Amino acid sequence: MARVLLHMKKTAAPGEIVEVKLLISHPMESGQRKDETGQMVKRNIIHSFRCTYNGAEVLRLDLHPAIAANPYLAFSLRAEKSGTVEMRWVDDEGAEGSASAPLEVG
Amino acid sequence: MTQGPTFARRAFVLCGAALVAMPRPARATPEEVAAVIKEVTGGAELKPGRVKLDIPVMVENGNAVGLTAGVEAAEPRCTDLYLFAERNPLPRALHASFGPAAGRTELATRMRLATSQTVVAVARLEDGTFWTDGVDLIVTLAACLE
Amino acid sequence: MRRLLLLGAALLLTSAAADKHSGYVDASPAVQAMQDDDTANPGMLWVEQGRALWEQPVGGKSCASCHGAPAAMRGVAARYPRFAGRPISLPEQVNQCRTARQGAPALPEEGDEMLALTALIGLQSRGMPVAVDASGPAQAALEQGRALFEQRMGQLNLSCAQCHDGLAGQRLGGSRVPQGHPNGYPEYRLEWQGMGSLDRRLRGCMTGVRAEPFPPGSPELAALEFYLGWRANGLLVETPAVRP
Repeated sequence: MARVLLHMKKTAAPGEIVEVKLLISHPMESGQRKDETGQMVKRNIIHSFRCTYNGAEVLRLDLHPAIAANPYLAFSLRAEKSGTVEMRWVDDEGAEGSASAPLEVG
Repeated sequence: MTQGPTFARRAFVLCGAALVAMPRPARATPEEVAAVIKEVTGGAELKPGRVKLDIPVMVENGNAVGLTAGVEAAEPRCTDLYLFAERNPLPRALHASFGPAAGRTELATRMRLATSQTVVAVARLEDGTFWTDGVDLIVTLAACLE
Repeated sequence: MRRLLLLGAALLLTSAAADKHSGYVDASPAVQAMQDDDTANPGMLWVEQGRALWEQPVGGKSCASCHGAPAAMRGVAARYPRFAGRPISLPEQVNQCRTARQGAPALPEEGDEMLALTALIGLQSRGMPVAVDASGPAQAALEQGRALFEQRMGQLNLSCAQCHDGLAGQRLGGSRVPQGHPNGYPEYRLEWQGMGSLDRRLRGCMTGVRAEPFPPGSPELAALEFYLGWRANGLLVETPAVRP
């Protein structure tokens, strides 16, 4: 059940640093845990994340099991032209997630 | 006294015990982590400074430890940021690449920490130099494990 | 701002009656910060899901069909558990609505959907004082809950009262022992790496003292939660709380 909370302001001045905050519901199963029967729980984490702004790369992440469940990411971009900020990620099972928001710059 | 059956039974019990004994997850050692970091830097000199790792030194529960890491200075620009957990089962935590549209070369997230240890941040700047910061912290787990 | 209000309320209550305070006060600054920031509080993921579920028709009707916007639930969670012949918890109320009025199957208590709906409803009471009414015919249920709170249980032979009244404020394994108030449920617990109900927490505690936990939704848990709710009266609702 992938829920996403994205917080980013809608408008910015050219050159302004715009904060992006993202919360993704995901167990980030480390693959280090055992269940009640003693079996290792299979690893399943979001391992790749990418944010672009009008096609230009903002941030690219490789994530490992040391990132906590229901990952929180906060980063920033530099406002230039009005457009769309897009985020995509994928987990070990190939499940993809995404979020996007418009940014008006002027 | 016949030795056969007694010996066989003891050996069986020992083997059984070995199989049943649950191994604890292996922990990385600082040496392993140093080797992993060396892979990242390609053997280049790693100097303390420039990059800052902000993480609490007393951690109530290792399952989610908030941190901020990055290089404040805009020049030379930080291109890559790495996080390592020296005593987690797996030492790598994260690799961030800051692209041309990035604002500050800084990131906040939450890590999972298995035990008290040093968390290390490594930054690569656009001039090819590598910088590091580490925080030695104490992780106490919740008292009542469900 | 909210943090100031919470700490202020905690201090007032501290000076007023027997140092009564929320588990928020006992948590580390990092955990407090996680709760205070709605953009970083993982519990808000369940609230978000709750918003979607609130509008979703089941058996022809959604929660919104009868109740309107979630804001109409303001003050509701603060009064739960409520007494109607017996103590009724908020999850039980949600299921009563679903089965009786939506003709929908009851939701499993620890499933994401129930946690999402109760988190959304709880959020509408955030910042309001817990106001569980235990007057009149509810007194007997209250006393039953109190008796359970004070009863030694399990192989460790400990009662809730021994730790959460007697040793509250002292340290156990790096954390301060809280007074055990339910004012933030459902809450995101770092130990669970997820969201959970008060039932889950109490059952976990019982396992902790090596007692056979009361089954989820049992009359014993209902009585105990009724007592805990009344005991927390005056503390501010913090749903969705974050705890270690």
